[in-house]
Amino acid sequence: MRTRKCLRVFGIWLGLALLTGAPAAVSEEEVLTIRITRSIEGAEPIAVVPFRWQGGEQAPERVAQIVADDLARTGRYVPIPFADLPGRPARADEVDFSDWRILGAANLVIGHVERPQPDLYQITFRLFDVFRGGQIAGYEFPAVTRGELRRVAHRISDIIYEALTGERGAFDTRIAYVTERRSGEGQRHYALQVADSDGHNPFTILDSTQPVLSPAWSPDGQRLAYVSYEGQEPRIFIQNLSTGERSLISDFPGLNGAPAWSPDGERLALTLSKDGNPELYILDLASRRLRRVTQNSSIDTEPAWSPDGSSLAFTSDRSGRPQIYTVDVVGGKPVRLTFEGRYNARPRYSPEGNELAFVHQVGHEFRIAVVDLESGEIRVLTETELDESPSFAPNGSMILYATIENGISTLAAVSTDGRMRQQLGVQQGAVREPAWSPFRRP
Amino acid sequence: MQRRILKRLTLITAAALLLGACEGQMGTKDDEGMEADVVEGSMDTAADEATTQGMADEGTFQGHPLDDPSSPLSQRTIYFAFDSSHIEEENRSIIEAHAEWLARHPGANVTLEGHADERGTREYNVALGERRANSVRQLLALTGASGGQIKTISYGEERPAVEGHDESAWRFNRRVEIVYRNRE
Repeated sequence: MRTRKCLRVFGIWLGLALLTGAPAAVSEEEVLTIRITRSIEGAEPIAVVPFRWQGGEQAPERVAQIVADDLARTGRYVPIPFADLPGRPARADEVDFSDWRILGAANLVIGHVERPQPDLYQITFRLFDVFRGGQIAGYEFPAVTRGELRRVAHRISDIIYEALTGERGAFDTRIAYVTERRSGEGQRHYALQVADSDGHNPFTILDSTQPVLSPAWSPDGQRLAYVSYEGQEPRIFIQNLSTGERSLISDFPGLNGAPAWSPDGERLALTLSKDGNPELYILDLASRRLRRVTQNSSIDTEPAWSPDGSSLAFTSDRSGRPQIYTVDVVGGKPVRLTFEGRYNARPRYSPEGNELAFVHQVGHEFRIAVVDLESGEIRVLTETELDESPSFAPNGSMILYATIENGISTLAAVSTDGRMRQQLGVQQGAVREPAWSPFRRP
Repeated sequence: MQRRILKRLTLITAAALLLGACEGQMGTKDDEGMEADVVEGSMDTAADEATTQGMADEGTFQGHPLDDPSSPLSQRTIYFAFDSSHIEEENRSIIEAHAEWLARHPGANVTLEGHADERGTREYNVALGERRANSVRQLLALTGASGGQIKTISYGEERPAVEGHDESAWRFNRRVEIVYRNRE
């Protein structure tokens, strides 16, 4: 008798109506599409069976397809084409493991979608170990609205990924990025957008004829800080994603840039040049008290908080060239971290805090590299020329960054071991400045 | 509440649009000396940046002194080397001419727009653009302009003059534009 974990049941699935207040609607050609450009050798085949639809008419979303695409994007798994599957089981008692063993896939995902009420869906899925003939995971989502279907599919991918790898999945997350396009009259249009991690459901949260840059997620994933040039001055705003409401956070003379949230979400590190040249400051968001962190006549900018909140990594050209330094958040003498290469800038800590991703000049090219903070060893992860803005997935498995591909700025992602690469592009215009959200709360 | 914010946003955007439009026009005249080269290397800038201007044949220039193509005052873009804010010798006379104009016209004022090419990181480039604008500001002030006549803003790499991903574009993007808000 094989042991089965009981089917866990999720409570009412999040009542969040996300981004409803924002000026929505992004046209079809502006949706990000993802193309895997390098897969891991020896990626594992996995059988994901189309979920049985039991709601009449046509299924509003193809849940299994979303799950298969998510798993494929990791580069670790190769979902077997639906047409090559030996059957379409949807329930545990319909699975005959001998059928699946000959396929060579170690794992099998099945599920079904019902519609107990006209606009409420119930999704059940199970993950099996084909060779052991047992269930590894199984969940039921009893009350899912149509708008939440894609998100639940990503949650399923997260559960499968964690069950198989032991590492938390980051499919049910979002990305923010900036797009730029030219209208007929040559006018530039900048948009700050937020989409699901697979590029679907893009929303424009800010539309401007002036540059927008440096989006930064609050640790709770509810707000974005960013720099906007509307009004012909670079200023920092914080915008609430669900209400669209925003507040002006920093409006000093000169630069207001590079906002970075403290891990507790209560402070913002930022760059101001009000005292003569760009320096790092920490702004307490509740009291609006401002504290200067660096004192130097050169450029200090692009701060990133260490995950423990104790120090900032940042870019400074105090040595004559941009290099990465760290400084205690209470101030003190910065310590230089990078010595290899003429240009090292815009550090970002890995979620665990043991690595930094940054832009690293190699010859004439600017690439994404990672430095191990313990050993000091640098790994160059990308092979293109103009790579910038690295941003870790919240589980640390991938780094999202901006690059130029065929003359167009586009987003790309690379696994932190460099073995897998994918490209995310819009059909029209440029896209850049990616920022991967923290984990979302279910 | 939300509606009010949206409305405010629309207003801001509209204002930004207007400002943007004015600036575009000034930009047209600014780039003159370099125009021919720029157009060759680019496809996108032609529409909004290339306007030709007739020079009264052989005669004296009729327009505003700042637009006289034979005067260094008509040159209003200062170019820089990569990751540098050092003002090259050949550009000093241009900046000094503007300083002199500003000294003689206390009602005139300028915005110095600092820019960088796309290489490297975006916020560092914003800082670099500011440093470039400040080095032009310093020389202007040193040679006669008063501090109150000069404003600076840095756009970093966000507003390239020339689209393109090699040195033929980059050299025109590492720049400070001297934009007259009031010419007198």
